[in-house]
Amino acid sequence: MNNQNKFSRRQFLQVTGVGVGGICLLANCGNSISIWRFFSNTEAKLMDAIADQIIPPDDWPGGSESGVTNFIDKQLVGPYVRFQQDYRKGLLAIHDSCNDIYNKQFEELDWNEQTAFLEKMEAGKMHGNIWSNGFDKTFFSLCRDHAMQAYYGSSRHGGNRNNKSYQMLELDYPLIIGQNRYKS
Amino acid sequence: MANQKVNAVIVGAGAGGGVVAKELSTNGMSVVLIEQGDWISYDEHTNDELLSQRVTVLGNSCGPDDKHHSRVNIHPDGSKHIVLPSEGDFNNISACVGSGTVTYGALAWRYMREDFKMKSTYGHVSGSTLEDWPITYDDLEPYYEKAEWEIGVAGDDSLNPFAPPRKKLQPMPPFTHNKEATLLKEAASKLGFHPFSIPMLRNSVPYGGRPACYRMRTCIGFPCPVSAKCGTHNTVIPVAIKSGNCELRTNCIVSEIIVNEQGKITGVSYYDQNNKKQTQHADIVILSAAAIETARLLLNSKSKFFPNGIGNENDWVGRNLQGHAYPNAHGLFEDDIFDDFGPGSSVAICDFNHHNPGIIGGGYLSNSFICMPYRFTNVRPPSEKLWGKSHKEFQRKNFKKVAEIHGPYQEIPSFDQRVQVDPVVKDFWGIPAARLSGKTHEEDIKGCTFMAEKASLWLKEAGAIQTWSSLGIANGVSAGQHQAGTCRMGNDPKTSVTDKFGRVHSTPNLFVADGSLHVTNGGFNPALTIMALGFWVGGYIASEWNKGNRFK
Repeated sequence: MNNQNKFSRRQFLQVTGVGVGGICLLANCGNSISIWRFFSNTEAKLMDAIADQIIPPDDWPGGSESGVTNFIDKQLVGPYVRFQQDYRKGLLAIHDSCNDIYNKQFEELDWNEQTAFLEKMEAGKMHGNIWSNGFDKTFFSLCRDHAMQAYYGSSRHGGNRNNKSYQMLELDYPLIIGQNRYKS
Repeated sequence: MANQKVNAVIVGAGAGGGVVAKELSTNGMSVVLIEQGDWISYDEHTNDELLSQRVTVLGNSCGPDDKHHSRVNIHPDGSKHIVLPSEGDFNNISACVGSGTVTYGALAWRYMREDFKMKSTYGHVSGSTLEDWPITYDDLEPYYEKAEWEIGVAGDDSLNPFAPPRKKLQPMPPFTHNKEATLLKEAASKLGFHPFSIPMLRNSVPYGGRPACYRMRTCIGFPCPVSAKCGTHNTVIPVAIKSGNCELRTNCIVSEIIVNEQGKITGVSYYDQNNKKQTQHADIVILSAAAIETARLLLNSKSKFFPNGIGNENDWVGRNLQGHAYPNAHGLFEDDIFDDFGPGSSVAICDFNHHNPGIIGGGYLSNSFICMPYRFTNVRPPSEKLWGKSHKEFQRKNFKKVAEIHGPYQEIPSFDQRVQVDPVVKDFWGIPAARLSGKTHEEDIKGCTFMAEKASLWLKEAGAIQTWSSLGIANGVSAGQHQAGTCRMGNDPKTSVTDKFGRVHSTPNLFVADGSLHVTNGGFNPALTIMALGFWVGGYIASEWNKGNRFK
């Protein structure tokens, strides 16, 4: 790895608070205080960027504004506890690969570079040991599915802020007899 | 305090077990009905798409839960996967009082005459265990009628020329169609098909002291907020309890069938809601835990008398596991076809259930239930991207413009589609987990291709500007909510597990009453047939009991 990288692996690890291959099961066990349940602040920033790529902002909120990162963070200490390792490993792998290829963080890439990077993951064409056994493909599809669940699922799970996706689909929700929430 | 011995203990309060409990208890027999799950109330389980029985990514709203249960799934490539109840490969139904009947789509089909005579109709199929049932449609007809009237069905078979003959009409008028179904009905008629309104275990008018359906968007996968959906939990089980002869015990996990020193079956052992081991002795044991769990329980009940599990002398327990493949097509329309008049799935044709060239059996085709927003994120023509700008635009533009036609294809059963118990993996209580393996028969590909083509044709006739289809065949084992076949009934003990009344051949007082009995699984949703078999088996036990038969 290039030691001149602007944002080194060591720094990423420090702020996520893990040793190589280790798993942080407690929130806030890093050096900096995380505002998240599972993610470090750095991971969450990266997750926001991925969420916006998967569901880009247009006239309607993008993935990050809708709370995709909050949804995933919440589920990772709940029903998705089994995916903790995948997220820790996968986000680090994205960070490392961006550093190697662009000498930048994922969030610093321009929009099309980010898209191309994720398309490469989706197609299973990433290089490096960390992506072996098809981890590029499976981690991308995990992020994609969870982002869609966050954006289009019930807001009670931490995503779909203000039920915006239902408004976008012109779908009255929740279904309450005699009351359509979005119509006055 | 030890449990008092009763006449009958029933394992599983679903479509089969609920009916048997009612038949026996109203006949004066003392019954304990054991259910692994709990009562469900709508308030706890609302219409949250991510936590339902249709989309289960955040768990099964009506059980079982991911913390206590797991299964092993062997893929066709030989790889072994430990799967949780919220994952598709688990092949879940439900775990609550009423089981799948609380949250099902509630399609109320009678199987056709041919469905009971698949081998006579189509001949021997190489590599399969295709066989005739030991009973005919005419044997079961009065019991279908009982199920329709005691549980409640809305429909009118007179518009379906392929419907088998019946003595009595369904008790409620059929459902009306929404915008999508109206469009599809007209198109089907133009093509020369024979469309009709699907019979439903759902109130089209007030019935059984419960109100009519108010046509919500969410139905399949969700409990009904007004109890307009008719399951065993709001019909026969309350009747059983009201008789004073039936005790329902919830949150209890049956681990084994008890065999005494003489090799006689005397009851079951189970873990109660505090995970304490208990026994329930009974004259008769009835298994209604559905095709996977009933087989697992028999296979886990090993003793010196039954070294390979009860009823498994000839290695047939757990074999012939079947569900349904779901060949389908989606069609994109120019204008909105969605009018939010739920729950969808109301128009069907039975033109492709039987006697079509080149395929064995087949299945009905119908429009599907309203697709919820997350599920719709995966509904795309093959050329469309599954994320990014264009994906979001498709979602926004086309959510109300896509219809799906699909149908349950009657799978060709095979010996190697099966349930075993895993030698290593155990559940929370230390009971060996079910292990599922096998692959679909090659005939299924032919049949599903045929049906998917017809589905596309139908959508195009209705005006779809683009259609795309899928065979809907599972990777490996097929079971899921329509699981069946693992304790098939038959006249020859060498090639079946139970006799035609559901009694396990090698034991006098052990019965099966669920989809496990199905020799073949029809090209239809199996719930009404499982209920009818509940009346058939339960009715037989009750009438024998009245004659003094104690099944010793």
